[in-house]
Amino acid sequence: MLFAVLVNRMVLALLTLAGVAVIVFVLLRVVPGDPVAMMISPGASEADIAALKAHYGLDTPILTQFWIWIKGVISGDFGTSITLRLHVTEILAARLPATIELAILALLSAIVLGGGGAIAGTLMRRTVGEAVIDGVNSILLAVPDFIWALALVLVFAVAIPMLPITGRIDPALAEGFSTRFYLVESIITGRFTVAGDILSHMTMPALALALPLGAVIVRLLKQSLKEAMVQDYVLLARIKGFRELRLVLQEALRNAVGPTLALTGVQFTFLIGGTVIVERIFAYPGIGNLAIDAVINRDFPLIQGLVLLFGLIFILINVSVDLMVAALNPRLRHP
Amino acid sequence: MNYEPPLSTADAVLRPPAVAGRLARDPKVVVAGGFILLLIIVAVAAPLIAPHDPLAQNLLTATAPPAGFADAEPGFWLGTDGLGRDVLSRIIFGARVSLTVAFVAAGFACLIGSLLGLMAGYLGSIAEAVISRLVDIWMAFPPVLLSILLVAVLGTGLHSVIAAIVVIDWTRLCRVVRTETMAQAQMDYVVAARAIGFTRAAILFREILPNVVPVLIALLTLEMGIAVVVEAILSFVGLSVSSDTPTWGGMIAEGRQIVHEAWWVLAAPLAALFAAVVAFNQLGDGLARSLDPVLRR
Repeated sequence: MLFAVLVNRMVLALLTLAGVAVIVFVLLRVVPGDPVAMMISPGASEADIAALKAHYGLDTPILTQFWIWIKGVISGDFGTSITLRLHVTEILAARLPATIELAILALLSAIVLGGGGAIAGTLMRRTVGEAVIDGVNSILLAVPDFIWALALVLVFAVAIPMLPITGRIDPALAEGFSTRFYLVESIITGRFTVAGDILSHMTMPALALALPLGAVIVRLLKQSLKEAMVQDYVLLARIKGFRELRLVLQEALRNAVGPTLALTGVQFTFLIGGTVIVERIFAYPGIGNLAIDAVINRDFPLIQGLVLLFGLIFILINVSVDLMVAALNPRLRHP
Repeated sequence: MNYEPPLSTADAVLRPPAVAGRLARDPKVVVAGGFILLLIIVAVAAPLIAPHDPLAQNLLTATAPPAGFADAEPGFWLGTDGLGRDVLSRIIFGARVSLTVAFVAAGFACLIGSLLGLMAGYLGSIAEAVISRLVDIWMAFPPVLLSILLVAVLGTGLHSVIAAIVVIDWTRLCRVVRTETMAQAQMDYVVAARAIGFTRAAILFREILPNVVPVLIALLTLEMGIAVVVEAILSFVGLSVSSDTPTWGGMIAEGRQIVHEAWWVLAAPLAALFAAVVAFNQLGDGLARSLDPVLRR
């Protein structure tokens, strides 16, 4: 049963990815701006331009270009970036770890903030405390990461200047890394001052991304927890004399967490979509910031690679969420 | 023969006086709706209200702080930006772009999304399969990246921004309307309408659509809030209207650059954007609660 779900989802995922590939390719071919015109010097001759176009395969019919690109993609070759003059795969490999670390830190923050808010709200149910949490949460639900990011800049970089406003790491410390996962590597190798510096750079962008997702978690988890708290097994535990906090954490949470887990997975894709603009605001060197530059510079191969990468990440998350939900559902586990 | 028309929830929900009364009693709707109304008036009457020309530069009074702070310039209530332009006047004129995008983009997104959603929800297998796959493909793009890509393709300007928002956000409405339509299609009144021989189009547009409208109105309002933010993001990246037209996003981008010298150039438009987004959202929430028969019970 689980296997059937997996196969079904994989086929749909491949179809979706193929659709993404076709759409981005067609979209880029109707762009009025000419990428070659942006990279040549004003004095270049017609022959130079033609040679350059031939070099990037831009002089062949669209269908041929598409075929060449797809053949490359399948063999892991995404072409060469027009502006950065490097292999797209290399650029993506260099930039992706920064975004992965940021997205996962944001996800963890959202789970901690959202879970904490939901548990606090459940403990304080039917009191002023719950009303305050609900009120704050309705604003958190409405306001997107873009606004939070800039509001955080005003608070933590202007009003109380305590966090760096741009970048991922102090350039003086960015040496001696053997991977691009700076945060993970500095923690594993015990370089805690470096890890602290990276974390201080990541705090604002991660928090901006975490707040909207945290709010979604608060709303759904608190609802499920309140429903669980009136069930018989919680009543039984209450009769046994368990304390309220223990009732929520040990009895209710275990039974209430399922729907929230599934929704968090889906919402995680929105968080990753949000990295595009949030990385831009903080000049954070991930794939989101790269994507905006690539579009502005009309760097076709890079845009194509980036969009496919984002599509792949989104689809992988969705498939894993489906599998997780299926695995957690006892009716699907035992056919 | 005595024929009683099938009882539709639309009759109960959408009788205008009852709805108006219920809305007027909802504080969310009154406060948020009032704020948006005020914003519309400000935008329409911008040339009459704005204390200064939003484009008039004066380098002698550049980066003057808001009224009440030391070195404030009299008459510039929210201070001036890096070129000495009045921040308040620019916010007032910026509301025009934001609201235009909110209404036009959300309106078209709603129209396309709900039409496709109705079709996917009622016409059955093929329409459903095609539209659902299309929605899935769309959702595999990060929306911000897709909007930037679209505006890069279409060229900058208000039309492109609106088109980009419509192209991206129809899916959001389509999914909800599809689910709602499928739920409505199971109801007794639809079965009854089919039994007395209504055509599929008649059932879809005369029977189901009125029952989907409450959800649609709430979605439309929420979508307006999203459209305002997307426009601001595109202005921030420099892909919206030309820099001669004041926009909140454009002001935010300038303010971000000089945030250490003049924080108000960022704070003021950000506050305007925040208020507009929260207002559209609260209005949408309130409308959903007041109009949706299920939530109301």
